[in-house]
Amino acid sequence: MSEYKWPDPATRPLLGKRISRVDGPLKASGRAKYTYDYNPNGLLAGKILRCPHAHARIVSIDSSAAEKMAGVKAVKVLQQPGTEIFWAGDEVVAVAAVDESTAEDAIRAIKVQYEVLPHSVSDAEPPTNVGVSSGPISRDDFEDMEDNQVPDEQVIAAIKANGISFKPDDKYLKDAQASGVDPKVVEALRAAKYAEATTARSPYKKTAVQKQGDPDKAFTSAAAVSEGLYGASCITHCCLETHGMASEWPTDKDLVVHVSTQNLSGIAPQVSEPLGIPAGNIQVLQQYIGGGFGSKFSPDRWGIATAQLSKAAGGKPVKIMLERDAEQEVAGMRPSGFARVKIAADKDGKLVAWESRSWGTGGVGGGGSPPLPYIFEIPNQRKQHIAISTNQGSARAWRAPNHPQAAVITMTAIEDLTAKMNMDPVDFITRNLELTGPREKIYRDELPIAAELMDWKNKWHPRGDKSAGPIKRGLGLSLHTWGGRGHNSDCDLTIHPDGSVEIKMATQDLGTGCRTIITIVAADTLGIPLDNIKLLIGDSRYPVSGASGGSTTSGGVTSSTRRAAVDARDQLFAKVAPALKAQPEELEAVNATVRVKSDPSRSLRWKEACAKIGAMPMTIRGKNPDKSKPPDLTNSGVGGVQMADVSVDTETGIVRVNKMVAVQDCGLVVDVKTAESQVLGALIMGISYALYEEKILDPVTGRMLNPNMEFYRLAGIADIGEMKVHMMTGKGYDERGVIGLAEPPVVSPGAAISNAVANAIGVRVPFLPLTPARVLEALENGGTHATV
Amino acid sequence: MKDDSTRKPENTSGVSRRDFMKISGVGVALPLVLGPKMVEAAGEEVAVHGPGKVPIALTVNGKKLTAQLEPRVTLLDALRDNFDLTGAKRVCDRGVCGACTVLMDGKTVNACAVLAIDAQGKNITTIEGLAKGDALSPVMQAFVAHDAQQCGFCTPGFIVATTHFLEQHPNPTAEDIRRGLSGNYCRCGTYNGIRAVALAKPEGRAS
Repeated sequence: MSEYKWPDPATRPLLGKRISRVDGPLKASGRAKYTYDYNPNGLLAGKILRCPHAHARIVSIDSSAAEKMAGVKAVKVLQQPGTEIFWAGDEVVAVAAVDESTAEDAIRAIKVQYEVLPHSVSDAEPPTNVGVSSGPISRDDFEDMEDNQVPDEQVIAAIKANGISFKPDDKYLKDAQASGVDPKVVEALRAAKYAEATTARSPYKKTAVQKQGDPDKAFTSAAAVSEGLYGASCITHCCLETHGMASEWPTDKDLVVHVSTQNLSGIAPQVSEPLGIPAGNIQVLQQYIGGGFGSKFSPDRWGIATAQLSKAAGGKPVKIMLERDAEQEVAGMRPSGFARVKIAADKDGKLVAWESRSWGTGGVGGGGSPPLPYIFEIPNQRKQHIAISTNQGSARAWRAPNHPQAAVITMTAIEDLTAKMNMDPVDFITRNLELTGPREKIYRDELPIAAELMDWKNKWHPRGDKSAGPIKRGLGLSLHTWGGRGHNSDCDLTIHPDGSVEIKMATQDLGTGCRTIITIVAADTLGIPLDNIKLLIGDSRYPVSGASGGSTTSGGVTSSTRRAAVDARDQLFAKVAPALKAQPEELEAVNATVRVKSDPSRSLRWKEACAKIGAMPMTIRGKNPDKSKPPDLTNSGVGGVQMADVSVDTETGIVRVNKMVAVQDCGLVVDVKTAESQVLGALIMGISYALYEEKILDPVTGRMLNPNMEFYRLAGIADIGEMKVHMMTGKGYDERGVIGLAEPPVVSPGAAISNAVANAIGVRVPFLPLTPARVLEALENGGTHATV
Repeated sequence: MKDDSTRKPENTSGVSRRDFMKISGVGVALPLVLGPKMVEAAGEEVAVHGPGKVPIALTVNGKKLTAQLEPRVTLLDALRDNFDLTGAKRVCDRGVCGACTVLMDGKTVNACAVLAIDAQGKNITTIEGLAKGDALSPVMQAFVAHDAQQCGFCTPGFIVATTHFLEQHPNPTAEDIRRGLSGNYCRCGTYNGIRAVALAKPEGRAS
C-alpha cells in the first residue's frame, strides 16, 4: 500500500525549505512571454468602443465609416440598439484592424446614439427609512452573491424567502455546480419559486434583521459600550497586465486562444457556448500572467469578441488587451463596506454584544455583505445589511472577498472598545480568543510571536501619542482567517527511460510560486533535483486543474502531484527491485538514487533505475481529491495575526507605515521563500489599499475620475517601511497538510493600520483609504462622522 | 499591416545589400522622397513627418533596427510590436508606472512617453540587452535570489531601473532607495525583495 501522506521532516530534502522560484530567471531576463506579449506575424489589433454614459439605452449604431476605412478587417456590434447599458465603459462595438492606431481611428469613426438614463454611483449611508427588500432575486443578484462568496446558508435563505426572477434550466444549474456553486445552493435554485421582477427598482436591498441571543439586555448590563463608524471604499484590482485575449482560427472549426486568466481549464467551456462550437475544438494557452487577484476567471465579452473578429477576418489572429482606463473602470473592483457598529464587553473585557447596520456597493447587483462580526462569535448580536446598486462596472472577487471589509469594520470597533476600557489590545484580544472557535489555538500561538517581532510591550502606549510635536506614533493589530482547501486537480507525471521526468497540468502560476511548489513536491518525492523535472502548464490540452481562486491552488496542485509522484516512484521500485535483490517496499529514492533502505550500498543511480522501465516511458495520473488514495493532503481554515506601527503627521494628515509584522499559518509550508513573498506582497497591497487606493466616481457624469495610475495610486517602494514575516511551521501546523496563502494575509493590513493611526492620534479615522483629508477631518471633528 | 521585413532586426555586423547601395551613392537621393516636408512655422523652417508611415531607424542593444512607422508610434510600441522586444511592458501607457523603463543614452526613460521617431540616433538598451545570452546580469541574479518578483510583469522595468540606480549609487542608503526606485510600481508587492536587492549591491551591468 503506497504511503501518500506528506513525509516527516527528517525525510524531506526539499519540502519546507527555502527555494528560489523556478521561473525566476526567465522572468528576470524579460523573456517570459505574457498574453500581452503574444505577437505573431499578421496579428490584428482589436479595440472596443465603450459607452460613455453610466446608464443609457443604445438608440442607434452606425459603423459604416469604420467598415470602409483602409486597414479595418472586421467590425462587430457587441450590444445591439435597444440594449440598456448599466455602467460607463461597457462594451458596444469591437473592431479589428492592421494596427492599433488604425483600430483607434476606426473606433472614433463609429457613431452611436444613446438615450441617457438617470444613474446613481453613490454608496453613501442609506437613509434609515429604507424598507426590507422582498423582491425576487435576479440572475445578476444570484451571481453577484456567488462571486462575492456570500455564505451558502445566507444565499439559500434569500432564495427561499424571496423567490427568483429568472428560470435556470438544467444546463445553467449544471454549469453553476461545475463552477463551484455548492450543491445545496443549486438545489435551492431548482426548488425556488419564480416571481416576476418588480419594475420599480430601489437602489437599496436591505436584508431582514439577523438576531441572536438578547442584544438589548447584553448592552444594558455591559461594563463598557463603544459606538463607531467604520469602512472601506471601493478599490480596483489594477492588474499590471490588463485583461485580454488573442484568438485565431487555424481551420474554420478550430479555435486557439491566448488569454490572461486565473482559470485556464475553465476558459474553453465559457468560450464554446457563445461561439456555438465544441469546447474540445478550443485550445487555451497561457504561460505567464501579469496579475489577476480574483478578476480574471472569465473570457469576458472582449475575449469572445476577439474570436468573433478573427472569424470575420478569415481566421487571422486578433488580440484585444484592455487600455488602462477600461481596466480600471470595468475589469474588476472590490465592493465597498461600511457600518455603524455598537459593541460591548463585560467588566473582565469579554465581548458580550454586537450591533451593526452595514452597507456597501458591488455595482449594479449590489454586492454581498461582509461576515460580521469578523472572527469573534459574539454571543448577543443584532445586524442588518443594505446592498446599494450603483451604475459602475461589477465587483469581481478581490483577494479574500468580503473579509478585508469585515476586518476593517470589526477589528476597529474592538480596538475602540479596548481604548475606552483602557486596555492593551493584545491583552483584550487574548481574553476573547475563545470566541474564535476552531482557530483559537492558532491565534494563541501567533499573538505572542507577533508582539515580540513588533516589540509591542515596549512600543505600545494607551490611545493618543502624548509626546510633543506634530508627528504621532502608534501601534495597531488585526486578526484574520480564510478557508482554503484544495481545488480539483489532475496531472500526468511521466518518467522516461533516460531518467527525465515531465509533469503536465492545465494550471496557471499567478506569481504565487505554483510552478515552484509543484516541482518541489515531485522532486522531493522522487528524490531527484528540481532541474531533473520538466513542468508543463498553461495548455488546456493537459489534464484539467482548477481555477486559482479562494486560496485553493496550492492545496490542489500539490495533492495531485504528490499522489502521481508516489505512484510513479512505487511503480519504479517494482521494476527496480529485482535488480537490487530486494522487495519494492524495502526501497527508497534519495539523492538521485534508488537504494535499499537497510543497506544503502545496494543502490542504482536514478538514470540507471529508470532504464529498468523498459523502452516506453510510463505515465501516471495524479488526482485531487482522490478518496482511494488517502489521506486528504490539504486542509481548510488558517489563522493570521498582523501588527502595524505608523507615524501620522497631524499637520498634514499624512500617514507613514514604519513597520508591519505578519505571523501566518498555512498548514505545511512547501517553500518558505515564495510563501514569505506572498505574505510580504499582501502586506504591501494592504498598505496600498489602507492609505491610497480608491475608485472615485463622479456623481454628475457617473464616470470613474481616476482610471489611470497617477491618481489611482498604488503604494511604492518608499511607502512600505520595515517588514517582518513569520510563517508558522512544525508540529501542529505541518500535519494539517498544504493550504493556500493568497487570501489570508491581505485581510488584516487595513484594520491593523487603521488601529495604529487611531492609537497614534487618539481618534478614529472611519474610512479607508486613510487619506490626508480624512485624517485631518477626523482630527477636527472626531471620528464619529465622515464623508464617504 | 505589419509585414515580415519590418519585424526582423537587421544585423550591423555585415554590409547588407541596402547598405551597399547607400555606400555606392545610388540611394543618396532616396531620403528626400520619403523624408519630412519642410514648412514655415513661427518664422522658422520646421520638418513635418507623417501622417503616414515614415522610415525609422533605431539603435537597440547595439543593433540597428529599421521599420516603417507612423510618427505617432511610441518607442515602447515600436520595440514590442515591430521588433518583438517584449520585455518592456505597457501598463499605464502614460509615463507613470515604470514598467516600460529602458535606457536611452545611459539614462532611464519611460519608453511609452518617448516617440520612436525621437529615439533615433540614441543608444537604446532594453532588458533583453542587459542579459548576455542565457547568462543573467548580476542584478537579475539578485532579483531571483531575493525573490524580488512575483507575477513578473513589473520586473523587467524594475531591473532596468535598479541597474541604472546602482550605477549612480554603488553604495545606496535606505533613503537613496526610497527616492531612486520610486518611479516603478508593483502590484503583487515585491518591494521588500527589491529593497534587499539594492542593499545587496550587485554590480550593475553584465560584463
